[in-house]
Amino acid sequence: MPRLTQDETHEVRFTLNGRAVSARVSPRLLLTDVLRHEIGATGTHVGCEHGVCGACTVQVDGEPVRACLMLAAQAEGSEIRTVEGLAKREQLAPLQEAFRENFALQCGFCTAGILMTLDALFSREPDAEEDTIREALSGHLCRCTGYVPIVQAALAVRNRIKGGPIDA
Amino acid sequence: MKDNATEPFVGRSVTRVEDQALLSGHGRFMDDLPIAAGTLALAFVRSPHGHAEIRSVDMAEAAAAPGVVAVITGRDVMARIRSMTVGVKADVECWPMAVDRVRYVGEPVAMVVATDRYLAEDAADLVAVDYAPLGAVVDPVAALAENAPVLHPSLGGNLINERRFRYGDPEAAFDAAPHRIGIDVTYPRSACTPIETYGVIASYEPGEDAYDITANFQGPFSIHAVVARSLKVPGNRLRLRTPPDSGGSFGIKQGVFPYMILLGIAARIAQAPVKWIEDRLEHLSASVSATNRQTRIEAAVEADGRITALDWDQIEDCGAHLRAPEPATLYRMHGNMTGAYDIRNMAIRNRVVLTNKTPTGLNRGFGGPQMYFALERLMDAIARQMGLDRLDVIRRNLVPANAFPYRTASGALLDSGDYATALNRAVDEGGLAELCARRDKARAEGRRYGIGFACVVEPSVSNMGYITTVLTPQERAKAGPKNGAQATATVAIDPLGSVTVKVASVPQGQGHRTVLAQVVADKFGLPLAAVRVLADVDTMRDAWSIASGNYASRFAPAVAGAAEIAASRLRDKLAKVAAAQLNIAPGDVTFEAGRIGAAGNPDNSLSFARVAATAHWSPGTLPDDVDQTMRETVYWTPPELEAPTAQDGINSSLCHGFIFDFCGIEIDPETAEPKIDRYVTMHDCGRILHPAMVDGQVRGGFAQAVGAAFLEEYAYGADGSFQSGTLADYLLPTVMEVPEPLILHHETPSPFTPLGAKGVGEGNCMSTPVCIANAVADALAPDGPAPDIVLPITAAKLAPLIFGDEPVSKEPVPETQAEASANGRKLTGEGRAVVQASREDIWKMLLDPATLEAIIPGSHGVQKVGETRFKADVTLGIGPVRGRYKADIELSDLDPPNAVTLSGRAVGALGNGGGHGRVTLTDTAEGTEIAYRYEAQIGGKVASVGGRLLDGAAKVVIGEFFRALARHSGGGGAGSGPLARLRRLLQSIATGGRS
Repeated sequence: MPRLTQDETHEVRFTLNGRAVSARVSPRLLLTDVLRHEIGATGTHVGCEHGVCGACTVQVDGEPVRACLMLAAQAEGSEIRTVEGLAKREQLAPLQEAFRENFALQCGFCTAGILMTLDALFSREPDAEEDTIREALSGHLCRCTGYVPIVQAALAVRNRIKGGPIDA
Repeated sequence: MKDNATEPFVGRSVTRVEDQALLSGHGRFMDDLPIAAGTLALAFVRSPHGHAEIRSVDMAEAAAAPGVVAVITGRDVMARIRSMTVGVKADVECWPMAVDRVRYVGEPVAMVVATDRYLAEDAADLVAVDYAPLGAVVDPVAALAENAPVLHPSLGGNLINERRFRYGDPEAAFDAAPHRIGIDVTYPRSACTPIETYGVIASYEPGEDAYDITANFQGPFSIHAVVARSLKVPGNRLRLRTPPDSGGSFGIKQGVFPYMILLGIAARIAQAPVKWIEDRLEHLSASVSATNRQTRIEAAVEADGRITALDWDQIEDCGAHLRAPEPATLYRMHGNMTGAYDIRNMAIRNRVVLTNKTPTGLNRGFGGPQMYFALERLMDAIARQMGLDRLDVIRRNLVPANAFPYRTASGALLDSGDYATALNRAVDEGGLAELCARRDKARAEGRRYGIGFACVVEPSVSNMGYITTVLTPQERAKAGPKNGAQATATVAIDPLGSVTVKVASVPQGQGHRTVLAQVVADKFGLPLAAVRVLADVDTMRDAWSIASGNYASRFAPAVAGAAEIAASRLRDKLAKVAAAQLNIAPGDVTFEAGRIGAAGNPDNSLSFARVAATAHWSPGTLPDDVDQTMRETVYWTPPELEAPTAQDGINSSLCHGFIFDFCGIEIDPETAEPKIDRYVTMHDCGRILHPAMVDGQVRGGFAQAVGAAFLEEYAYGADGSFQSGTLADYLLPTVMEVPEPLILHHETPSPFTPLGAKGVGEGNCMSTPVCIANAVADALAPDGPAPDIVLPITAAKLAPLIFGDEPVSKEPVPETQAEASANGRKLTGEGRAVVQASREDIWKMLLDPATLEAIIPGSHGVQKVGETRFKADVTLGIGPVRGRYKADIELSDLDPPNAVTLSGRAVGALGNGGGHGRVTLTDTAEGTEIAYRYEAQIGGKVASVGGRLLDGAAKVVIGEFFRALARHSGGGGAGSGPLARLRRLLQSIATGGRS
């Protein structure tokens, strides 16, 4: 990582949803701010800016990360995946589809972070047990749904990954 | 569920039209909206004090900081606006920004406008505000005391409104009843805390004296009038827009309106568009919360448990300012203060009090949680005191099914219901008998298990006149009547025959666009996708009125109803057009599967688009009695919502749903943690338009209520310091804490709404906290007097009730203590150290700037400003935040060279601290003993965000000071013997006596 100076901007380059991007950022700029306001990928939301609510969760090199606790400069050379990268063209991914079928979102503000966490979980552990799913979801705050339909959606998509019906 | 063209959409759980965009990251929330080039960012300077005079605001350094365009104080704002309207007659002003006094932690004191948010925040830290702290009061009962600090001197006290009401003959009923049973109830502050915070973008056009403001405001749009008046412009010079998506609100985003005024003024001064997105600390400390309330409630009770009268005494805490529409929280339930019960006599005393806390505002449940907590705890107390079955007491008092529509004692017209049947169904289908068996088994095994009940009438569609019940009948007569609940909807058909619906309902996730598509598609016999709905508002373009917005659960009963009426009117028009083209009577026209045709003759039909397009493409061919306007706008208000009567009767809401809840709760025998074993909630919300969304509302409200019951509290110190400024301090329930409730429905359609629907969004926020409290009370004490339950019910509160008070530590070692509730966040402590220096030498050091510089942790530039006064800049990391503070240190009560009192005060952008310590020097055989005893208080941002770490961090800082004093006195250098002993001793001081 190059040496950064406080009053200068520096070039940061990373892959966003498979596309190479770059931006000039000051060393203290948060990853959320570069994604949302420099690049214009506003699907990642900011709920608390101190790492508790989970709304800003993105995947950095496959791992879920709180984008509000990461500096843009730290993203240099990494592969970042956000909610905008889940759907294939205009077709929702099975995880997104399961959320829609199960009414697992209302206002949709916390949803992006939850999707990125579950997507990372299922890519690592496609047959995750309900306890594991709940453990992963416990890092996210949702004020609308009461969580029940989110768990249902997660179980549905897990079952679909395993070859079962999505509405199980 | 798949869309099926032959069945109506209403009543089915169709997938939501909102979801694909939201799931793909294409939502358009406040901070996602495009902004004009040159838009500036704004950051607030906020009060670190609960109550203080502003002596001066020095903006020079901030104004000179990089990127800064403007620094704006309360005086600058005041010079351009009018005080915001206050909803009661009182000699008090209500400014959106502090002018010469701050009254709650987080109150805006100055605004910094800069080229980006980072620079604005940098500069905000450079605004130097000199405060003279005043005594604070945070408890509403204490605020009424004779000697309490007064927030608004013009009021002469903290009581801003008091009214007494009398319905029926409560005195006679109490005299005649064999039992008078009462309880006192404390309901704390909490808030439904949306995950998206407030946001505002404002611009100002001087040529037209017009403000253009976009905010994630949620209504009611009566607030538009408040903002326009305050900005001193007519309504048409305040264009208010809302973003298409809003990240939850639950009432809270009503409270963004003072910021609309402030951003408008900031844009005017900065001569550029200005944007502000609230951060989480700002949101928790200074958006709005629900009110906290102290209630005394008494009932006159017959021998069989029948209640003949209620006597309410409510003290409502609205925080530092009475902001519109407060004191609405206290009056929203006014018509249904008898709950689900047939009680004919009632007395009510309502007092509204101001304290040094954040002003209150809309919050899901709005008045219901506070009121039902008292009423349903009382029902539990009545059963206990009279030795009756709790359900029997409830059943004996329910409004009977044949009494609807039922006029309550205080004037509400309960529209429909069959409470007894709904309750009995819940008991059967929810498995109460089985739950009782579980409880009995648990108790037989020595476990603490309880069952609680709660019965609630859930009001929806507020009467815009209910708040005027706070005025006397004479004041109301003078002000003119207020009533109704205008809902608007526009349905339009374009030249290609597709249908657009526009409403001013401003949803925050409730799926309004889907439900309206269902309602209107059914009306026209169209597929769901043929109808497109907009629900965000632009006050310059859309149909709206004062009741517009998303609150009081008014969407399904009022807004969807208005859309139904607008679609019906347009359909009638199309029927006439089609009838002429099909050569049939308008009454025989059908709308089915995208076609308009003749009933009973499938061959005689036209496509919907063709008929609908006629008015656009060939208006000349329309029948004579059909006008060419393919757009219907409906303003709907129900006649049942009348202004308060001269006797203070008020039908405060149009619809009244019914909820009956019961639950089983077990308290862990070792940790005292309460856990919901089973929760059953029965709802009658009238006709259900979308079952999955209704259940979504129930589950969401339930989860927030679980938070209010077990976790959430806006915590304040007695000095007004705010102590729950992060989501790690203000705990929201996660997936781990929220069980799945069993949801049951009983439908009795409302006769007063176009679709028969009632509101459903808020009920569990009213029923669940008290249902849980009743279950916990049952677990703690199955019989006998009801234990006092105060939310949130934490293990820490239950443990002393179960295990008795914690035994006093046998260790006599004096310890640093933090008393969060006694007097601000107060730390006290004491310690001693023996050093190899004379008393005189140590004394000299204490008066020497160079020594002080060396021993005050993080100090630089200690200046002696008087014989016994010093000033210093100090850089300290307290808790998680490191910041610069300006410190004043004073020595007093000097008794050279034996004793001295050290007082210090530190102020910085991150907070403030103060304290004093008595230091005594005594000769001992081993050297001079330095003994100290101190008291310190910490407030401001560090106290809000670092509460959990603060005590330890402060201990370390104070310990460091005395350690450095000892080191300085005893000389440096490593060694053994006395020095090593000293080190050990000092180590023990620094770790609070535990080594």
